[in-house]
Amino acid sequence: MQSAGLQNGMQAAASEESDRPTTEAIIRAEKIEKFYAQPSQNRIQVISPTDLSIVPGEIVALLGPSGSGKSTMLRMLSGLSRPSGGQVYWHEKPIAEAEINVSIVFQSFALFPWLTVLQNVEAPLQARGIDPEERRARSMRMLDTVGLDGFESAYPKELSGGMKQRVGFARALVVEPEVLFMDEPFSALDVLTAENLRSELLELWAKKTMPTRCVFIVTHNIEEAVLLADRIIVLGRNPGHIRTDFRVQIPQPRDRKAETFTQLVDFIYKVLTRPDVAPAEAPTGPRVRDQRQMKYQMLPHARPGGVAGLLELLIDKNGRDDIYRLADDLAFEIDDLLPIVDAAQLLGFLKVEEGDASITELGAEYANSEILRQKEIFRDAAIENVLLLRQIRRALDAKSDHTVSEEFFLDMLDEQFSGEESQRQIETAVTWGRYGEIFDFDAARRRFVLPDVLQEEAAGGGE
Amino acid sequence: MSLQRTLTRSLVMVRTWPVVIDMGVGLCALALFMAIVHLAAYWMGTAVPVSHVTENARSLPVYAFYSVMRIGIAYVLSLVFAIAYGYIAARNARAEAWMIAVLDILQSIPVLSFLPPVLLAMIALVPHRQLGIELGVILLIFTGQVWNLAFSFYSSMKAIPREMLEASRIYRYSGWQRFWQLEMPYAAIGLVWNSIISVANGWFALMACEMFQLKNRNFELPGLGSYIQNATYDGDMRALVSGIATIVLIVVATDQLIWRPLIAWSEKFKFEQVEAADHVSSPILALLQRSRLLGTLTGRLWTRIEEPVYRRLSRSRETRVVQPIDTDGDRRRPSILYWFAGITFALVITWGAVQCALMLRQVSWAELRMLFTGAAATFLRVNASLLLSALWTVPVGVAIGFSPKLARVVQPVAQVLASVPATAFFPILLIGLLKIGGGLGIGSIALMLLGTQWYILFNVIAGAMSIPSDLKEAASLYKFTSWQRWTTLILPGIFPYLITGMVTASGGAWNASVFAEYANVQNRTIQTNGLGAQIDTATADGNFPILLLATILVALMVVTMNRLVWRRLYRLSETRYKLEG
Repeated sequence: MQSAGLQNGMQAAASEESDRPTTEAIIRAEKIEKFYAQPSQNRIQVISPTDLSIVPGEIVALLGPSGSGKSTMLRMLSGLSRPSGGQVYWHEKPIAEAEINVSIVFQSFALFPWLTVLQNVEAPLQARGIDPEERRARSMRMLDTVGLDGFESAYPKELSGGMKQRVGFARALVVEPEVLFMDEPFSALDVLTAENLRSELLELWAKKTMPTRCVFIVTHNIEEAVLLADRIIVLGRNPGHIRTDFRVQIPQPRDRKAETFTQLVDFIYKVLTRPDVAPAEAPTGPRVRDQRQMKYQMLPHARPGGVAGLLELLIDKNGRDDIYRLADDLAFEIDDLLPIVDAAQLLGFLKVEEGDASITELGAEYANSEILRQKEIFRDAAIENVLLLRQIRRALDAKSDHTVSEEFFLDMLDEQFSGEESQRQIETAVTWGRYGEIFDFDAARRRFVLPDVLQEEAAGGGE
Repeated sequence: MSLQRTLTRSLVMVRTWPVVIDMGVGLCALALFMAIVHLAAYWMGTAVPVSHVTENARSLPVYAFYSVMRIGIAYVLSLVFAIAYGYIAARNARAEAWMIAVLDILQSIPVLSFLPPVLLAMIALVPHRQLGIELGVILLIFTGQVWNLAFSFYSSMKAIPREMLEASRIYRYSGWQRFWQLEMPYAAIGLVWNSIISVANGWFALMACEMFQLKNRNFELPGLGSYIQNATYDGDMRALVSGIATIVLIVVATDQLIWRPLIAWSEKFKFEQVEAADHVSSPILALLQRSRLLGTLTGRLWTRIEEPVYRRLSRSRETRVVQPIDTDGDRRRPSILYWFAGITFALVITWGAVQCALMLRQVSWAELRMLFTGAAATFLRVNASLLLSALWTVPVGVAIGFSPKLARVVQPVAQVLASVPATAFFPILLIGLLKIGGGLGIGSIALMLLGTQWYILFNVIAGAMSIPSDLKEAASLYKFTSWQRWTTLILPGIFPYLITGMVTASGGAWNASVFAEYANVQNRTIQTNGLGAQIDTATADGNFPILLLATILVALMVVTMNRLVWRRLYRLSETRYKLEG
C-alpha cells in the first residue's frame, strides 16, 4: 500500500535521465567537493565529491538538515564559490570562463537599503550596460509582474518582509536568468506570506511569464519542497553527500491533504531521520560514511529542556508517535525538531524506527522524575554517551586546579569540524554540561570549571 | 477676492524661495573660485618661511582662511588615502595583516615626530616656492587626521554582510559599481563620524604646526595657530582671546553647516531592516535639498559621467563572468610583479632599519637614561590624566545620562566643546599657571586633561543612557543602597562605554603630551622632564637620533598598552558586560 503510493508520487531520477539522454544539462557538476585545509594535514570535508546536473524545464528542490552543505552546493553551482575539487560546467563550458546568466534570491533579501525599490531592480541591468530608458522600462514591467506597482520610489526598509522578497524576485527576474537559484527564500517570512509567494512563483512558472528555464531552490522545509518541486534532492551530512535524488510525479496544483503528498513527505522524513541507513528507494545510493568512524559525534544543537518537553509529549501519546505528525502538532519546522530528536536519541531516551519515535525505559523515567533526579539521569546518560562531555569532565577531574581552557577542546574539535561548527559544539556542550551539573563554564576567562570550584570561588568572593 | 490674493502671494513665496537658495548656492561657488585663485597665487609665490604674523585683530579673517584651507586640503587628502588604504587592506588577504599592523603603529606616533622628515622632504621637493612649506604643514595635519578614518573604512569593509557581497557578484557588478552602490554607502556613516574626530584632530595639530623651530630655523606661516602662539609668547591676552573666539566660531559653524547636515543625510545609509523612530534633522540639509539648481546640476552631471563608464565596464570580463567570492589566496600564483614589489619593499625597509640603527648608535648613555626617565614621567602623567578624567566624568556623565532632559541640552554642547582643539586653550591655562607660580610638571597633567576628558564624558553619557529602564526600576524596587546601585547596576552598565572612551582618550593624551610638556610663554620657554618635551627640543635642535628614539619609545608604549591592557579590558567588556542579550 505504502510503496504503491510512493511509486505514484516519485520516480527515481537516474532511470528517468537514462530514458531521456537528449536533454542537455544547463549546469553539470562533475565530482565537485568542498573542503577546508587544516594546518595539521587533516582537512575538513564539507561536501564529498558529488555529480549533479540541472536540466531545463524543472524546479529542483535541495533538501537537507543543517550542516549538510545545501547553501555551499548552491554557491558552487552558481559560480559564486569555487569547488575545492571537480568542475562545474555551464552548457559544457567550465563555469569560470562561461558567460552565465543566473540569479539568486537570498534568504535575507540582500537588498541595498540606500537604493529605492526601482534602483535596486535596475542595478543588475546597469551592470550590463543597458541604457537608462530601457533599464527603467524593463524594471517597471518587472515590478508590475510581481505586484509592486506604485512602490518603485519606496525604500526597502519601508516595506514588509513579503514585499521585500518581492523586490528580491523582481531584481532576480529582471535579468531574465536561465537558472533562478533561491536560497531558503521563504524562511524569513511568516507562514501566510510564504504560502502566498510560493503560489505566485508557481503561477509565474506555469504561465511561462519568465524566460527562466530552471528553478533551483534550497530549503529545509519538506512540505515546501514537495509542493513546488519536480525533482527533489536530499542531502546528508558529515560530509555533505546526496542521499537520494528523485522526481515528484504528483501533478500541479498539489493538495497537501492528498495521500500521495503526505506519503512522500513521510518518506523524506524517514530518510532525514535515519542518517546511518541508505534509503532503500534510492537507486544510486552513494557510499555513506558511517558516523561512528568519526571521533566525536556531532552534538545536536538542542536544549535539555526541549528534550524533556518532547519526551513528555510522547508519553501523552502512549510513548510512540510518527515524527512527521509530531512536528505538525508542534507546528515545528524540520530543522527545529530534528536536533531535539537527535539529542534524545543520542542520550538513549528515544528510539527512531521507520519514521516513528518511541520512548525508551530510561526516557520514560527521565520524563517522569522530579527536577533533581532528572538532572542526575541526564548527567549519567550524557557522560556515558557523549564523548566530548566525558572528556571535559575527565580533564577537569584530572587537573589539580580543576579548570581547563576552552581552547584545548576547540583544537581537538577543529580536527573534525569547521571553526564555526566547533564553536557551536562547545556552546551546546556548555548548555548540556551546565544543565547536568557535569561542569560549569567561566565565560569571562573562557575556561571550563568544576561546578563546586566555581561555587567555592563565588562564596569566597561574594558578600 | 482676498482669498485669491493670499493664494497668489503664497505661490510667489513658494516660487521665490528656491530661487533665493539657488542664488545662495551660486554665490558660494563664486566665493570658492575666488579663494582658489587667491590661494594659488600665494602658494606659487616665492618661499617665505617666516611671514610676520601680527596680532592685529583685523587680519584674523585672512589667517582663519589660510588655516581652514590647510585643514580642508589635509582632510580631503586623508579621506582619499584612508579609503584607498582601507580598501586594499580589506580586499587583499596577503597584505591585510601587515597593513593593519603598520596602521596601528603609525597611529601611535605623535604628530610632531613626523615634522622633520615630512617638512624637509617637501621643501626639498619644491624648494623655491611657498608650496613646499605649505605642503609640509598640510601633510603634518594629514598625519593627525588620517589613521582613524582608515581604520573606520577598513572595518566597514570587513563588516559588509556576506549575502550583500554575493548579490553584487551574482549580478556581475563591476568594481566601480560595487564601490559606489555597496561599499561606499555601507562605510558612509562611519566615515562621517570619524571625519568629525579627524577634523578636530586637525585643529589640534594645526596649533603646533604653523609655527615651529626646526634645526634652529624658524618657520612661521600666516594662520590662526601662529597667531595664538605669538599672542601667548607676548602675553597679549586680548589677542589670545580673540584668536580662540575665532576658532570656536569656526568650529561651531562647521558643526552646524557641515557635520549636522552630513549626519542627517548619512542616515539613509543606515543598514537597518525597519525604519528607526528618531531622526537627526538639519534645516541646512533641507534647504540644500530644496535648491533646484543644485539638484538638477549634480544629478545631470553625475549621469553624464556615470553612464559611459557603466557602458564601457559592461564589456569587460569582470561583468560578464561571475567572480567567485572565495578566491583562495593560494590558488593563484603570485605574479612576477608581485614578487618584484615585495622584494623592493623589503629592501627599502631593511635599508631604513639599518640607517635608523646607525643613527641610534649616536645616542649616548646619559641621553638614553634621560629618555627613559622622561618616558616614565610621561607615562605616569598620561595615566594620571586619564584617571582624573574618569573620576570626574563618571559621576557627572551618569547624572546627565540618567536625566534625558539634561542630556538633550548637554550632549550637543559637549560635542562642540570636544571639537574645539585643546591646544587652543593651552595658552590661557599656561598663563594662569605662571600667575599662580605652578610648574609644568603638574600643569601638563591639567593640559592633557583638557584634551582627554571629553571623549570619556561622551561615552559615559551614552553608556548611562543605554542602561535599560527596567533594570533601573528593579534597582529601586528592591531598595538597593547607593553603593549597590553603583556596583551592580551603573558601573557594569557603563563599563564598555567607559573603556571605549578611555582607549580613545589615552591616544589623545599621548599626542597632547608633546604639546603639554613644552611651551613658549611670555618671552620664555618653560618645560618639564618628559618624553613629549624631549621630542619638542629634539625637533627644534634638529637632534634626529633623540627624536627617533623618543618616537620609538612612545609608539612602543602605546602599542603595548593597547595590546596588554586596553584590548583585554575591551574583550572583557564585550563578553561579560554587554547589555544586549
